[in-house]
Amino acid sequence: MATPILTRDTLLPAPFERYSTTSAWDEMFGDDGLPRERTRPIFDTMLELPAEELRRRKQVADLFFLHQGITFTVYGRGEGTEQIFPYDMIPRVITSAEWSVVERGLTQRITALNHFLRDVYHEGKILSDNVIPRDVVYSCRHYRRQMRGLSVPRDNYVAVCGSDLIRSPEGKFLVLEDNLRVPSGVSYMLTSRQVMKRVFPSLVQQCGVRSVDHYPQALLSTLRSLAPEGRHDPSIVLLSPGVFNSAYFEHAYLARQMGIELVEGRDLVVHDNIVYMRHTSGLRRVDVIYRRVDDDFIDPLAFRSDSILGVPGLFNAYRSRNVTLANALGTGVADDKAVYAYVPKMIRYYLDEDPILDNVPTYLMTNPDDRKYTLENLDKLVVKAVGESGGYGMLIGPHSTAEQRREFQDRIQSDPRNYIAQPTITLSTAPCYIEGQVVPRHVDLRPFVLSGEKVTVVPGGLTRVALRSGSLVVNSSQGGGSKDTWVLHD
Amino acid sequence: MLSRVADSLYWMCRYLERAEHTARLVEVHLNLMLDQSLESADHRWRRVLKCVNAKCKEGDSLDGHTMLYMLTFDPGSPCSVVSCIMAARENARQVREQISSDMWEQVNRLFHEVRRSGVNDIREAQPLEFAMSARNGLRLLEGITDSTMNHGEGWSFLRLGRFLERASEIATTLDVHFREFFTGDTTREGTDHHLEWLGLLNSCSAFESYCKVYTADVRPQRIAEFLLLNAEFPHSVRFSVERFERSLRGLNERASDRRTVRLNRLAGRLGASLQFMQIDEVFSSGLSDFLHGIHRQSLQIHSAIYEAYINYPVQMALEA
Repeated sequence: MATPILTRDTLLPAPFERYSTTSAWDEMFGDDGLPRERTRPIFDTMLELPAEELRRRKQVADLFFLHQGITFTVYGRGEGTEQIFPYDMIPRVITSAEWSVVERGLTQRITALNHFLRDVYHEGKILSDNVIPRDVVYSCRHYRRQMRGLSVPRDNYVAVCGSDLIRSPEGKFLVLEDNLRVPSGVSYMLTSRQVMKRVFPSLVQQCGVRSVDHYPQALLSTLRSLAPEGRHDPSIVLLSPGVFNSAYFEHAYLARQMGIELVEGRDLVVHDNIVYMRHTSGLRRVDVIYRRVDDDFIDPLAFRSDSILGVPGLFNAYRSRNVTLANALGTGVADDKAVYAYVPKMIRYYLDEDPILDNVPTYLMTNPDDRKYTLENLDKLVVKAVGESGGYGMLIGPHSTAEQRREFQDRIQSDPRNYIAQPTITLSTAPCYIEGQVVPRHVDLRPFVLSGEKVTVVPGGLTRVALRSGSLVVNSSQGGGSKDTWVLHD
Repeated sequence: MLSRVADSLYWMCRYLERAEHTARLVEVHLNLMLDQSLESADHRWRRVLKCVNAKCKEGDSLDGHTMLYMLTFDPGSPCSVVSCIMAARENARQVREQISSDMWEQVNRLFHEVRRSGVNDIREAQPLEFAMSARNGLRLLEGITDSTMNHGEGWSFLRLGRFLERASEIATTLDVHFREFFTGDTTREGTDHHLEWLGLLNSCSAFESYCKVYTADVRPQRIAEFLLLNAEFPHSVRFSVERFERSLRGLNERASDRRTVRLNRLAGRLGASLQFMQIDEVFSSGLSDFLHGIHRQSLQIHSAIYEAYINYPVQMALEA
């Protein structure tokens, strides 16, 4: 599938006349240049609606976001910098059969990751069996020694996971990375769906799209199932760093949808290893904390002492098993990009199964052969820092300058543990409605996986779009946007 | 509700009330300056600064223009209308979920409006228009608050802030004015500085209501009685304290007795003294002392609020 099928010569009707596919797998158009069956209704609708109507619907969508205050704060700017979340109104479609594979694959993956976390914070059998080198785990900045020997409810370390998937040029879903610390984006998934129901209601119905609205209830159930022993009607709160955090909108949204209290570190107090909230009517005990504060900042007595976002003594309460933190502390060791390379091995080791979803091939810079190959082929590879997120600390070989490559060469050589490299996979493209035209842009997918008493995967997730033409960076902090994701009923 | 949220709501309204009072003072005094008043501009604005408890030393050589700027547009001056509105908005932002969308929209609108009129030189600005427009915006917000927010716990904290601030402001304004213009003779019929006494009433939007009670015969003792002890006029100290107590009663049903004992006692005592006091008694024991007493009690009530609902020691508050 290397030759472009649709070119400027093959004219599609408006508003698709500027649409051209490349070697990437296209979410709407097949090899024959025609729309896939799953996206046919959308394609037809886009053709049928006059340009004015499309523009009007886009405006309706924009206004919805504006009035609801669905925003995203960009780091590093002055005050009052809430921006409306960038959004594209053409949904991205996944068939029921494709989704079934993804769902099983993600369930398998989170199960293995939870086993791994329990193992490395206890006996470390996977390490003594030499399946994963010890130093990869112990040299990870996010491995928290304080968690050794500590047991968590149901041995469930990861309650909320956002794994990023991409579709290869062959149309297969691959896992690009796991996000096991404080994954975000689910509120945009939920609000995108509301917008689509407003803007294209008949299309939603016609296509038969599986609902996502149960996410808040499912999350609440998951959190409830992780309550400390003996706490049968657990009090649950969402711990947020506060209004200045870029994901604050999501914190407030989820707290509201779940009907739980939104708190900051300063609202909580630990007394006798029990956590309480300061209420006007007195102290109220807290049993489960859905925490959106990073490990480093969560307790100034146990971690960074300069943190004002955390709760002094929280870790002791956690250790005494009087409170549950979701996600558990120390999960970062499993979403380190170097450890990610070993996840297929974890699946085989703990579950005795073959991975249903494959990883993207990954080269570890600590491995001499991998490192040599990488340094010789920097212009073809993507290099990533192992502990970063948001698309930062990354080199995209084919789009880089010689100077940038030299810089990464130095970085890799001076700190190999901190880098991995992967072949540049061309992300799949999906149609986006930009300035009255439909044009292709690269997308990925972030489904949300909940694990408590059972594993729940919400159908779809957040499809992130690299809105800049040709860009492969989908992160919202760097010019990315989102689309609604439609998983079809059978 | 979370103590932090109660704290923000309380302060939001204190700042809003403060902004409104300051704007009103500016409006009144700008008008007085035009009415051939004998007082110099510098002296007048210095007096106004005292009314809003602005920190400035006696020796400071601030000219009238600077002081007016400090009261209106100066974002660096904590007593300016602009600063108070900005602070109110900041508090509102922290508790966005607790207030109605209409309230938030209006706070935000007001905030953007006063920022837009940001000026560096008062001579280029229109302070009178600014003050009037700010005050209108603030009154609109007050109306929106009362009609769109649930009159529950959150609203009660808003009311506590508003009325405590109001009581304290009126007392301070009265004190500054009486010190300047009162000769001590309560029997005199005519008054010197007639315009200034009118100005005092206007500072509390009280002239018309005063007239309904006493006729247009403006006498210092009656003014003091009206602004201190009148039970029906919204900008009297007594009215403010009584509304404060009412909101407190609403909250009492929720909090434990131990922590609110002191707060209730202090508020009750102040309310009772205003209810049963007679103006002759106030003047014979000294108006200024009485007013200082009110101000002092307001401060005590403020810390009692913190002790009861916000900063209570953990020991006192553990419940099953």
